[in-house]
Amino acid sequence: MERTAIRRRLTWQLARVVEGVTETARTTSIVLAAADWQGHLAGQHVDVRLTAEDGYQAQRSYSIASAPEDEHLAITVQRLDDGEVSPYLTALRPGDELELRGPIGGYFVWEERLGGPLLLVAGGAGVVPLRAMLRHHRAIASDVPVRLLYSARTRSDLIYRAELSEYETTITLTDEEPEEWNGRTGRIDSDFLAETAWAPAERPLVYVCGPTGFVEAVADALVALGHGADRVRTERFGPT
Amino acid sequence: MMAGVSPGFRGRRSGAADAARVPPGQYVTPDFPVLSAGPTPHQPTETWSFEIRGAVGKPMSWTWEQFMALPSERVTADIHCVSKWSKLDTSWTGVSLDTLLDGVDTSAGNVLAFCDGGYTTNLPLDDVRNGKAWVAYEYGDEPLAPEHGGPARLLVPHLYFWKSAKWVRGIELRQDDEPGFWENYGYHNYGDPWKEQRYAGD
Amino acid sequence: MIALDGNAIAGDLLEVFGVDLTAATCECAVCGASGFLAEAVVYTRGPGHVARCRACGEPLMVLVTVRGITCVDLRGIAALAAGPARSAL
Repeated sequence: MERTAIRRRLTWQLARVVEGVTETARTTSIVLAAADWQGHLAGQHVDVRLTAEDGYQAQRSYSIASAPEDEHLAITVQRLDDGEVSPYLTALRPGDELELRGPIGGYFVWEERLGGPLLLVAGGAGVVPLRAMLRHHRAIASDVPVRLLYSARTRSDLIYRAELSEYETTITLTDEEPEEWNGRTGRIDSDFLAETAWAPAERPLVYVCGPTGFVEAVADALVALGHGADRVRTERFGPT
Repeated sequence: MMAGVSPGFRGRRSGAADAARVPPGQYVTPDFPVLSAGPTPHQPTETWSFEIRGAVGKPMSWTWEQFMALPSERVTADIHCVSKWSKLDTSWTGVSLDTLLDGVDTSAGNVLAFCDGGYTTNLPLDDVRNGKAWVAYEYGDEPLAPEHGGPARLLVPHLYFWKSAKWVRGIELRQDDEPGFWENYGYHNYGDPWKEQRYAGD
Repeated sequence: MIALDGNAIAGDLLEVFGVDLTAATCECAVCGASGFLAEAVVYTRGPGHVARCRACGEPLMVLVTVRGITCVDLRGIAALAAGPARSAL
């Protein structure tokens, strides 16, 4: 049967929680079934809206954690104790519904036609859209060389750790130096990038995602090392 | 389109508050949210000044030292943000606009407050006189933090809080009424929270 | 107040314009700098959202939602073009 591509306006739709997956002590992936979902590109996000009985609304953006090829749409939410929305979302149960709109974004997306080598640099929760890119890369069996640099505060903050170990991933911890830790510590700075990123001459395509301070420090360092600003894409996160 | 309700979602709002003190459509918060249209200016008091200019007989200006030498007042006020949060019993220290306007010769009816960073907001001159407005430099006994408008901000609690311009550097008295930053983009020209005057046309 | 970037207003812009604008190139009306709208400095916590030029800080675009309708003021943008100005991608 022929499928017609219908151009739809972006509207809010209800999605049902299929399951919640505990990623870390304060991070949960919420797997969703959205009846009207049109598919997405790796790196895009959704906006989620909560409405109280008296009509009060709160809205937040969450990167899509799933690949376009995955069966269900998923987002990964980090619970901030004093957050307005994240404590509610991370407590949702299968069958609960929430409103979302998406997919959103055309700049911070990776598709194979964009090529590489592909360098993904994540600060904290910034790893979420980059994980979607990695899953997509694997699902299409892409030949594009890809590497992930992932900075987290402590070992217990690392999300998707087992899955990420299947890729060329370098993890660094900034707030702790655990005894049995063979990995790196310290921030992702110029020296770190000079060692772990491709040389500017190879013109890697770089995606940097995380808190604003992290993104700006990494983007500035990449440009200072000689990477073209036009080869660096950025997405800044705020608290939820 | 009717929004689906999220069962159990309350947001950060407090429980019951004294309804007589909370304007329609507002929610009381214990927090002090930081809302901004741009980067936080960091103006050292050494180079700070406050001016009264425009349709006045003689423009006035004070350095920080001169400003600190003026009589100041402690003010306790409820504040109401157009984004629907209200905060009760906030406490400030500042110089009353009555003190600053004392002796200023003008027939102008309008004020445009101007600020570091380029923000502006407009008010009727009558709404910053007679004990209704201050230039506040302390919040809760501490110097006003930059993110909340320090070194000094306008404080006009009887109107929505976007009129209490942060990083204020002076007021311009005008015959005509020039809309300020948010007023230009569709917010109400006057902004009385008790009449819920959030947007132009309300 | 730490700023975000144009990605933070992508949903509102998609709803208003019907197309993604994050990958659009905009030219600042004040200083002439060109860049992706995604790379603008964006302040979302306020009576409206303000996207500022990363080079000079002047407002490129202001979004205000009034009675459920989002109004976009583009007076800070001299030119807006779909797709990247820079080659590479």
